[in-house]
Amino acid sequence: MDILRFITAGSVDDGKSTLIGRLLYDSKSILIDQLAAIEKQTKNKLNGEIDLALLTDGLRAEREQGITIDVAYKYFSTDKRKFIIADAPGHIQYTRNMVTGASNAELAIILIDARNGVVEQTRRHSIITSLLNIPHVVVAINKMDLVNYSEDVYNNIVIDYEQVAKSLGLKEVKYIPISALNGDNIVDKSAKFSWYEGEPLLTYLENVQLDSDVNLTDPRFSVQYVIRPQAPELHDYRGYAGKVISGIYKKGDAVTVLPSGTETTIKSIEIGETEVNEAYAMQSVVFHLDDDVDVSRGDMIVPTNNQPQTEQEFEVLLCWMDNKPLIPGNKYLLQTNSNRVRSVVKDIEYKLDVNTFEKNYSPEKAVLNDIIKATIKTSSPVSFDSYKKLRQNGGAILIDETSCVTVGACMIQ
Amino acid sequence: MNKYHLDYLGQLESEAIHIMREVAGQFEHPALLFSGGKDSITLVHLALKAFRPGKFPFPLVHIDTGHNFPEALDFRDQLVETIGEKLIVAKVEETIKQKNLTEQKGKFASRNALQTFTLLDVIEEYKFDALIGGARRDEEKARAKERIFSVRDEFGQWNPKLQRPELWNIYNGKIHKGENVRAFPISNWTELDIWNYIKRENIELPSIYFAHEREVIEHEGQLVSVSAHIKLDSTDVVLKRKVRYRTVGDMTCTAAVESNAYDLDGIITEIIATKTSERGETRIDDKVSEAAMEDRKKGGYF
Repeated sequence: MDILRFITAGSVDDGKSTLIGRLLYDSKSILIDQLAAIEKQTKNKLNGEIDLALLTDGLRAEREQGITIDVAYKYFSTDKRKFIIADAPGHIQYTRNMVTGASNAELAIILIDARNGVVEQTRRHSIITSLLNIPHVVVAINKMDLVNYSEDVYNNIVIDYEQVAKSLGLKEVKYIPISALNGDNIVDKSAKFSWYEGEPLLTYLENVQLDSDVNLTDPRFSVQYVIRPQAPELHDYRGYAGKVISGIYKKGDAVTVLPSGTETTIKSIEIGETEVNEAYAMQSVVFHLDDDVDVSRGDMIVPTNNQPQTEQEFEVLLCWMDNKPLIPGNKYLLQTNSNRVRSVVKDIEYKLDVNTFEKNYSPEKAVLNDIIKATIKTSSPVSFDSYKKLRQNGGAILIDETSCVTVGACMIQ
Repeated sequence: MNKYHLDYLGQLESEAIHIMREVAGQFEHPALLFSGGKDSITLVHLALKAFRPGKFPFPLVHIDTGHNFPEALDFRDQLVETIGEKLIVAKVEETIKQKNLTEQKGKFASRNALQTFTLLDVIEEYKFDALIGGARRDEEKARAKERIFSVRDEFGQWNPKLQRPELWNIYNGKIHKGENVRAFPISNWTELDIWNYIKRENIELPSIYFAHEREVIEHEGQLVSVSAHIKLDSTDVVLKRKVRYRTVGDMTCTAAVESNAYDLDGIITEIIATKTSERGETRIDDKVSEAAMEDRKKGGYF
């Protein structure tokens, strides 16, 4: 069994919450007391059906306004997989929250209302999906019951979306016609889609190939914490604790510590105090090095013959997340994995119109939810890979030193 | 499947260890909130994996309401002795005396609300800047919204409308003096994940998690243990039932479930078959309102 983390992008109007409710309900992940709670609330509404959307909106303000404001995480599992849903808001004013939900997703479900086809919001959600490099995309064409399950309607939307996918370079796109409200093509294949030959949504989610998303060829490791026991018998013990970001490390590997460039060898690897011969992507481990070298939190340990870039100036695509504007020349802390340095945003090359994909060159500033391309300079060298090549080592956040808040998400180019 | 594939429990474990090490790396005075329940026992197990052979870079803190199950307290003391780590016990009883707090009245008078005062006091006394907790997002819908690093102001308050964006696995623990971060390493675990992990790792638990005979009374369909903390009415009928606890909170606000599960396999089978959620079945305090947890979190609760 493995884990699929996916995001659902869309608004209540697209039937997003209904879709999630349906997945949870039909996979039997909703229990009696939770159902009783929403039944009680549904009674105040007009039709007698259970409002599955009420399952997802967790904050009082969201229930009052009938909108999703921030990401909610929902869980369900089948015999094949554990699923983590990042239920993200669809409105433009909550783009930063969608970016938060998208950053860890391996798959995005983009909901399209069959009556409306590809609209501005579809483009915005697709561009965020592409920007954050989410490997798998499902275009769920919803509310098919309202267009008489028409194959033509479906085909036209597919043709339209293929243009979007092409212009954004989205590779793996799967189209599925559904009716979340009626449960058609969600868990079981619906007889109403006699013309549709593919699998229903859940079957697709259960089987989409994830192993190939894990990079096992470029070993990266960021030191989080140095373990130095005070006990006299462990006087010489010095373990570098962290999580293998990608690749495979073996005992005896020739490695380089970055940014210093010091070369050494991996003496041993431990996982939970047990010595192992190798460690691979996603494992939390402890490394011991052969030489007594200077390594501290935030440093990277990488193979000498396969190193990331180490630079003090680089270009990023950046989603601005703060109410205060970003003006070129502003200084922030920049954090990549466990490494934090000072930085300055030098120039903004362009601002991306998230609805039309047009680039507006040389804007004076970026405001909340803007996506821009910018150059960042740091106080000391930073080791990274391009986000496109290795997502787990190409993302960075900007922190406002005075408010302490995370104000920007950077995809290093 | 290739040999470099980490299965789902391995992924959850590694994520939790990563979060704990981030807390250790980013904060001056962290602590681990320990209740004696299965989630915080799992946290201790994960901390052993994250920091051994070193010492924990934080003490364990127990907010002792005075309404605990004696089995959970015994277990706590034994565990602390076995692992040789520091335990700070902060007693709600003392906060009530010092601050002249008013206790809830009624049959199931709970100290659930009062423990927030003790928690905030202990944070202030020890200048804790980060507290690791065992909350899970599947427990409750306000929790489903909370970040892994959740910033609280100097009154311990959570502001759900103004949460920091949290991207990838990059955690921003930067705070102003007086603020603190609540860090939740097992956010992405479900109840069943916890039980499967406890089984895989052979983690010991207090005996009350397994089926045993107990004197209980029935209250609105829930089984509440007879104890010194609950005043029996003349109409109460004391029953002897075979029960286990699905969660371990205070004796006044945790209900038992009827069970025949004497081992972990039995519990896992029963949890898979259950039709009621963990909190719904066992917590008397969540039923107060639709937004009970959101309100408590806004007030400084975990």
